[in-house]
Amino acid sequence: MNLVFLVWQYLKFRPLTTVLNILLLGLGIAVITIMVLSNLQLQRNISRNAQGIDLVIGAKGSPMQLILSSIFHVDVPTGNIKIRDAERFAKGALVKQSIPLALGDSYRSFRIVGTDKRYAGLYSAELAQGKWWTRSMEATLGSVVATRTGLKTGDRFSSAHGLTSGGHEHDEQTYQVVGVFAATGSILDELILTNIESIWQVHDLWTAADQQRSQQDTIPLLTRSPIVPVIMRGDSVREITSLLIQYRSALGAVQLPRIVNSNSTMQAASPVFETARLFSIIGSGADLFLAFAYLLILIAGISIFIALYNSLRERRYDMAIMRTMGASRIKLFVAVLVEGIVMSVAGSFAGLALGHIALAAVPFWFEQTEKAGITGWYFHPFELILVSGSALLGVVCALVPAVEAYRTDISDILAENN
Amino acid sequence: MPAKLTANDTNGIQVTLKRGGHSPYNSQFSALNSQFNPYLQTVISVANLSYAFNDAVALRFPDFEVVQGDHLLLTGQSGSGKTTLLHLIGGLRRNYKGSIRIDNTELSSLTSSTIDRFRGGRIGFVFQRNHLIPALTVEDNLRMAPYLAGIPIDDARVDQLLNRLDLTHQRQKRVHQLSQGQAQRVAIARAVLNRPAIVVADEPTSSLDDNNCRRVIDLLLQVAGENSSSLLVATHDRRLMDRMKKQIILS
Repeated sequence: MNLVFLVWQYLKFRPLTTVLNILLLGLGIAVITIMVLSNLQLQRNISRNAQGIDLVIGAKGSPMQLILSSIFHVDVPTGNIKIRDAERFAKGALVKQSIPLALGDSYRSFRIVGTDKRYAGLYSAELAQGKWWTRSMEATLGSVVATRTGLKTGDRFSSAHGLTSGGHEHDEQTYQVVGVFAATGSILDELILTNIESIWQVHDLWTAADQQRSQQDTIPLLTRSPIVPVIMRGDSVREITSLLIQYRSALGAVQLPRIVNSNSTMQAASPVFETARLFSIIGSGADLFLAFAYLLILIAGISIFIALYNSLRERRYDMAIMRTMGASRIKLFVAVLVEGIVMSVAGSFAGLALGHIALAAVPFWFEQTEKAGITGWYFHPFELILVSGSALLGVVCALVPAVEAYRTDISDILAENN
Repeated sequence: MPAKLTANDTNGIQVTLKRGGHSPYNSQFSALNSQFNPYLQTVISVANLSYAFNDAVALRFPDFEVVQGDHLLLTGQSGSGKTTLLHLIGGLRRNYKGSIRIDNTELSSLTSSTIDRFRGGRIGFVFQRNHLIPALTVEDNLRMAPYLAGIPIDDARVDQLLNRLDLTHQRQKRVHQLSQGQAQRVAIARAVLNRPAIVVADEPTSSLDDNNCRRVIDLLLQVAGENSSSLLVATHDRRLMDRMKKQIILS
């Protein structure tokens, strides 16, 4: 027998009221949990996926679309750019590193990315099995791709045109899986990496003769393309989707985007700027949800107050009897406070559980949330603040009823009820 | 005209006291106890006691003493101050004038925080309505008494009382599942669980038929006797008149 036991028995005695109050508060907490945790995960994953990428150069169009397609792989690219045009910005005093990407095909909705090994290096990728791709039509899979498709080293598969399932299949050219990356917790886990020549080969832009020439390594060093060294500089036929740039210095951030945007047929988009813009767009919708959540919590607070107040009126005689048995005023005061705290903390835990379950379930319906790296298994110290805040809410809601309990005049109550 | 108060004991000695006055019979009435029970400890001692409700005229009570194991009936018409006197003795009402000593402790010397624990350990209450806590089982209703009084819970004592009052099979039941008689027995068990020096009962039989009235008063007398508790019963129920050793009639 202790105070918490006593309070728990009272809460159990009014199960409907208790559960409804806990649920009401839980719903508010759940909405806040979903909004805050998804936002935090999104920010974390965006910064993880965009690490080492200061600028993306691609075809003209929506800069946000370019960022979403080239870094987060959630939108269609704005188009392709000529190798010849991209070469102007691939090297120079402002550029420390430039990584080409060739997109357009997929396998069972997983994107096939033509690139070089530096792209995997952005995410500190390591092999879990097999080896890195070295030749055309060899592919190394991200960990999620391997798990979901069941592909393993040595298997072959055909790519489909387009970035979603259902596109035309390139049956005549099959990829061979040569390795699988260990999980990185980044977008890389959801990609199939190969070299750019593979993408060209599937689209008849890379022939057996080209392949043979590249293997013979006959192109003079100075005339090689700085983007794809197996072809000559200034190639006017072949294309890539985008170029991921890392600045050599802060000066690059000042000059390069302006040069690209004003002196070429391409556009330069900054991941930092575009993701900030994205968050500001998402933010206005999120604010609406958060306002709704705070309203729910306010209603829950009022409901807990009413429940405690009514319950106290019903229990005036119980309280008087407890006083005759030796309970002090302070003990009854604390008992009512504890009741408020137990109800609100239970509501916060229910809300946190609901929030995590919802976040875990969402990827089953919306594939994009999985690509954004949103999971129900992400925990953050913010949740402790939610629990503490709920406890405080319980104290506030219980304060007036607790003072009433403290001021209970036992003699009058006993006299009027006996 | 001052109200009259009568004290009576089972030996047929009839004492009439005037409220507000210090009658020579007061000391005679007190002396009766010590005369017949020279070795028993005085557990209640009331002297020069009066109490005023707000601006109303003060109720004045007779001086009397109750020794260990004694049974005293407070009777009188409605409004005569029976319940008020019980509440004063139980420390439920304060700001009285005069003296109330329980177990040689002057109640007015206790602070509002210490009087609760003092009451919990020394006085058990039984009311007309059973007033058990409906959210708790029978067993937990009993266990709550020592818990609230700050006394270690004696499970063997709980078992013994449940067994003694034929409530063993009801121990896990909620209050609403009990008959009126069972609930009354639980209330009595709760009142005596802490082995209080005094058991105070306020109209314990008023709503009961003759059979149940007899059972309840028998039980109160028995369990109070088993614990050497003094029993103080306030009632206007005339059926109890011949069951108690001593009576004070407030009129």
